[in-house]
Amino acid sequence: MSFYDETLSSLHTKIKNKEVTITELTEQSFKRIKETDDKIHAFLTLDEERALAKARELDEQEADNLFFGIPAGIKDNIVTKGLRTTCGSQLLDNFEPVHDATVMNRLNEKNVVTVGKLNMDEFAMGSSNENSSYATARNPWNTDHVPGGSSGGSAAAVAAGQVPFTLGSDTGGSIRQPASFCGVVGLKPTYGRVSRFGLVAFASSLDQIGPITRTVEDNAYVLQQIAGHDQLDSTSANMEVADYTSALNQDIAGLRIAVPKEYLGEGVDEGVKARIQEALAKLEELGATWEEVSLPNSKYAVAAYYLLASSEASANLARFDGVRYGVRKEGEDLLDLYKKSRSEGFGDEVKRRIMLGTFALSSGYYDAYYKKAQKVRTLIREDFEHVLNSFDVILGPTVPTTAFKVGENSNDPLTMYLKDILTIPVNLAGNPAISVPCGFSDGLPVGLQLIAKPFEERTLYKVAHAYERATEHTKVKPEL
Amino acid sequence: MSKITKEQVEHVADLARLSFTEAEIEDFTNQMSKVIDYAEVLNELDTENVEPTTHVMDVRNVLREDNVKPSLQREEALKNAPKQKDGQFEVPSVLD
Repeated sequence: MSFYDETLSSLHTKIKNKEVTITELTEQSFKRIKETDDKIHAFLTLDEERALAKARELDEQEADNLFFGIPAGIKDNIVTKGLRTTCGSQLLDNFEPVHDATVMNRLNEKNVVTVGKLNMDEFAMGSSNENSSYATARNPWNTDHVPGGSSGGSAAAVAAGQVPFTLGSDTGGSIRQPASFCGVVGLKPTYGRVSRFGLVAFASSLDQIGPITRTVEDNAYVLQQIAGHDQLDSTSANMEVADYTSALNQDIAGLRIAVPKEYLGEGVDEGVKARIQEALAKLEELGATWEEVSLPNSKYAVAAYYLLASSEASANLARFDGVRYGVRKEGEDLLDLYKKSRSEGFGDEVKRRIMLGTFALSSGYYDAYYKKAQKVRTLIREDFEHVLNSFDVILGPTVPTTAFKVGENSNDPLTMYLKDILTIPVNLAGNPAISVPCGFSDGLPVGLQLIAKPFEERTLYKVAHAYERATEHTKVKPEL
Repeated sequence: MSKITKEQVEHVADLARLSFTEAEIEDFTNQMSKVIDYAEVLNELDTENVEPTTHVMDVRNVLREDNVKPSLQREEALKNAPKQKDGQFEVPSVLD
């Protein structure tokens, strides 16, 4: 048995028909992790003993839902009761949460088997996984290359066939970018669609948890399970969850696609451009129409994002002070203890962003940087609103390039930040977006990004599924 | 180019409760200057009459009934504390 040949629904059928036990399924997951993780370093912590005990227990029960007994991996910034949660930071090396995130409760109530916690850039700050305090996760398609970030482990684990699905988080592209680099399906839901309770906060006005899967269908199933209002997250949307799976297997004739000229312009690799144009032609064949549009303020998104996200991070990460959890380094007095604990515990990129954020929020600079960026955020939102008034989806690449080599960009933070130029605007606007595999360029996967109106995840699944059915891209698997 | 000075970086580090070596301060001064310089592109836009976005959803205060419910036990709250004493977080003395 290999997860490459299965979907959530085919696994469920096999479990129900007793063709496979949940224990076998769980063992298969750990076996595959052991075979491949020396090369790709997707996991930071495995929970083998408890996972197998749970699997044996579930084998005694009736499989009453699609998720029953399905192994899953969870990004390490989502808290899991009694299971080490590091956020990819040595500062939290020994942190064992005392409660579960809301998304974990939603999965646990359906008896998902959590096999372990997934590698990430420290506190989700990075686009390559090179900022993990532990090991750099690698791209299963070519292990000299990065898997992307910050949910690099979450995307690599699915691409390597270690687990059928994972959860990631996306603040400026952290689900979609690694999904694109690793040739898997990743969705950033509308801001507020999935509870952030128990997601260790990076930038609270931008963060969203979302699913990473091999197929569009599986992705819709996972979102269906984790979406919804949560009293414990006052920013979660108090509105009914749509029926995502009924958006599958639909016809897309008459669909109106907007293609922003900024998304296929300067800086986008020729190979990436070619794959996106082929995808567009395929959708046209399926009955969609498209027009070129403009999102004129896109080019300001990266600057606005780094000011806003870093500002929010500088406030959120103030809680790591060596007193309540994490690494502690004694000092002469309390202030010295804070400084020593934080300076030893945080890695360079995290410090860089805390510094930038603190600067942008500091007296005398607040209006010039923070407030200015918030105003630009309004203009970026209006760009999306304007285009999506006349179109169903916006289409473009997820990332301007394919996965770069480990070490290639790590010395220049600004160049690295610009890799997120096509994903960041969506977080600023709050819309949902999906990345689906659309072929290869020089042997590495290319991702197609689709963006819809807020709370229109159904539209994304409808289009992505129609495209997936008409192509073979999700059926290819890496040699590992 | 907007120059960020070494003194500014030292001040910000203090606000952020971080300490750095001389060499690190130097590095940060250069890197932050570059990023801030890049952020100056925002000034190309006239935002005089634009409202700032603090949040994409129009949420106001979210209220609930003030009912007593079970919450985290003290033992659990302290479980991850690197140092504790008498059921409390222990820190260096802040009063002489």
